[in-house]
Amino acid sequence: MGKYLEMIRVRFLMMLAYRTNYYSGILIYSINIGAYYFLWNAIYGGKGEIEGLSVIQMTTYVAVAWMARAFYFNNIDREIAQEIKEGKVAVEFIRPYHYLLMKTMQGLGEGIFRLSFFSIPGMVIVSLVFPIEFSAAFSTWVFFMIAIILSFIVNTQINLLTGVMTFFFFNNDGLIRAKRVVIDLFSGLLLPISFYPGWAQNVMDFLPFQAISYIPSMIFTEGFTGSAVWEAILFQLVWAVILILPIQALWVIAKKRLIVQGG
Amino acid sequence: MEKVIDVQSLRKDFKSHSSRSGLKGAFRDLFTRNYKVISAVKDISFTVNEGEMVGYIGENGAGKSTSIKMLTGILTPTSGTVRVNGMDPHKEREKFVRSIGVVFGQRSQLWWDIAVQESFRLLKKVYNVPDDVYNEHMNHVIESLDIGPLLDKPVRKLSLGQRMRCELAAALLHNPKLLFLDEPTIGLDVLVKLKIRNFLKEINEKYKTTILLTTHDLTDIEALCDRVVMLDEGQIIYDGKLAKLRSNWGEGKQIEFQFGEQVSGEQLQPLLKELEAEWTKGDRDNVWIANVINEEHVISEVIGRVVAANRITDIKIHEISTEEIIRNIYEEGMLNG
Repeated sequence: MGKYLEMIRVRFLMMLAYRTNYYSGILIYSINIGAYYFLWNAIYGGKGEIEGLSVIQMTTYVAVAWMARAFYFNNIDREIAQEIKEGKVAVEFIRPYHYLLMKTMQGLGEGIFRLSFFSIPGMVIVSLVFPIEFSAAFSTWVFFMIAIILSFIVNTQINLLTGVMTFFFFNNDGLIRAKRVVIDLFSGLLLPISFYPGWAQNVMDFLPFQAISYIPSMIFTEGFTGSAVWEAILFQLVWAVILILPIQALWVIAKKRLIVQGG
Repeated sequence: MEKVIDVQSLRKDFKSHSSRSGLKGAFRDLFTRNYKVISAVKDISFTVNEGEMVGYIGENGAGKSTSIKMLTGILTPTSGTVRVNGMDPHKEREKFVRSIGVVFGQRSQLWWDIAVQESFRLLKKVYNVPDDVYNEHMNHVIESLDIGPLLDKPVRKLSLGQRMRCELAAALLHNPKLLFLDEPTIGLDVLVKLKIRNFLKEINEKYKTTILLTTHDLTDIEALCDRVVMLDEGQIIYDGKLAKLRSNWGEGKQIEFQFGEQVSGEQLQPLLKELEAEWTKGDRDNVWIANVINEEHVISEVIGRVVAANRITDIKIHEISTEEIIRNIYEEGMLNG
């Protein structure tokens, strides 16, 4: 276990080594939150609420969704693809650890870094600029913490799945890009799932994407209450377990047919 | 003696697709592809005993890297058996890789953006090395490779020679019984090469570490290995002592004469009459080389006759280098001796 914790620490150090990325990240996230704030204000106009969310809840939803994204978002699919293409994956195979688990830990190191140096200070600044409502209930915060951990797991699993596909396609930049758009759209980051037409909502109930952004944001804004919270967390948990299967299966096949590029 | 590596009729086939030519061909490739099976390693067998240092040589594409990758458990063999340190590298991967160290000269295994000591610290955790063992062993390694001053620098700021010494230290961090070195001295200067060679000799003596060394630099092999395994087109064409290779193939010497005046081939030809020797022209003016067999009386006879007949400003006697021997073998393809 020590090695996996150590990897989180190393990733933390790597993030510190590239400070410019970090500063530009803050800027991009602030612009996004600002843009969506004004967009939603215009859409609401004088209306008190749409689809059960008030305008303040909506603003909070947008801010939280982006800040949570800073935690669950990572580029490990891109990294895996690159390591396979450059043949670096050979080095990973001579280490006594599970490559995918190590990659997950790197994602977690990155997530914890952004959560502590980026999301939390960012949230304080955003709450000063825009009217945002924080829940006073302790239970909401606990559920939110559980939900974003699960959303990290589900998102990372989808990334691992996309990354491991590189073993079969050798160049899957297109797939990685498509995955990113699908997640932004269907996870509820850009638009809460409850705003989609009924049939689309039904389809999305059978897909894992809303576990990534919609569920933690709805829990935070108290759009979900009572048993809905439990059902939402159960939904995330079920997907986190289901997704292990295709990853493990692809990984076993990938190991057998590994071809190391370049010498 | 204990067998560290035991390879029996190991084979690796790759399926590769060949592209059809032209635009029409490219469209056809979208639907069906032509596959060709290429055998990179063809049924090789060899064993390596504990404490041996073996040079593993061959031309580019001879199958060296592929076989090393099977020995380290990165690739699965198509057929044949591999036992390394008494384990199947692919089946018991996590346990197995703890018992080996690997250096790939062409790719770094240190983390690029962080200081060398952070990489070491991570590897120490990865291999579960206890503090006291680590301190004793690594202090020695760091001192012999002279990398103490480099430890707090990020890997991307190191020169190639500095990085390679750190790579070697990282591969030895868990003190493995078996060390694979894939072109460890590629692109390094003479001093760094010497340092690395001395260090390898030392750990081989101290810990009885078995070393399998792949390189194109034959001076590495000459300095370190008693035994060489030579690969050509996926097959072993020589497995034995380096000295024997030299004595079988390196018969003969070259005597290089620098003449004080202009001489021609016709003038020189009669001097070698009835001797097993022949002339070739050197690359500079007035330099001629006599290729002779390695026998005392022939060598002295040639020198005597030439010196008596011409004015000489310089004489050098060369032994045929291992490099030339290997080149001859590569060119002829198979070893008959």
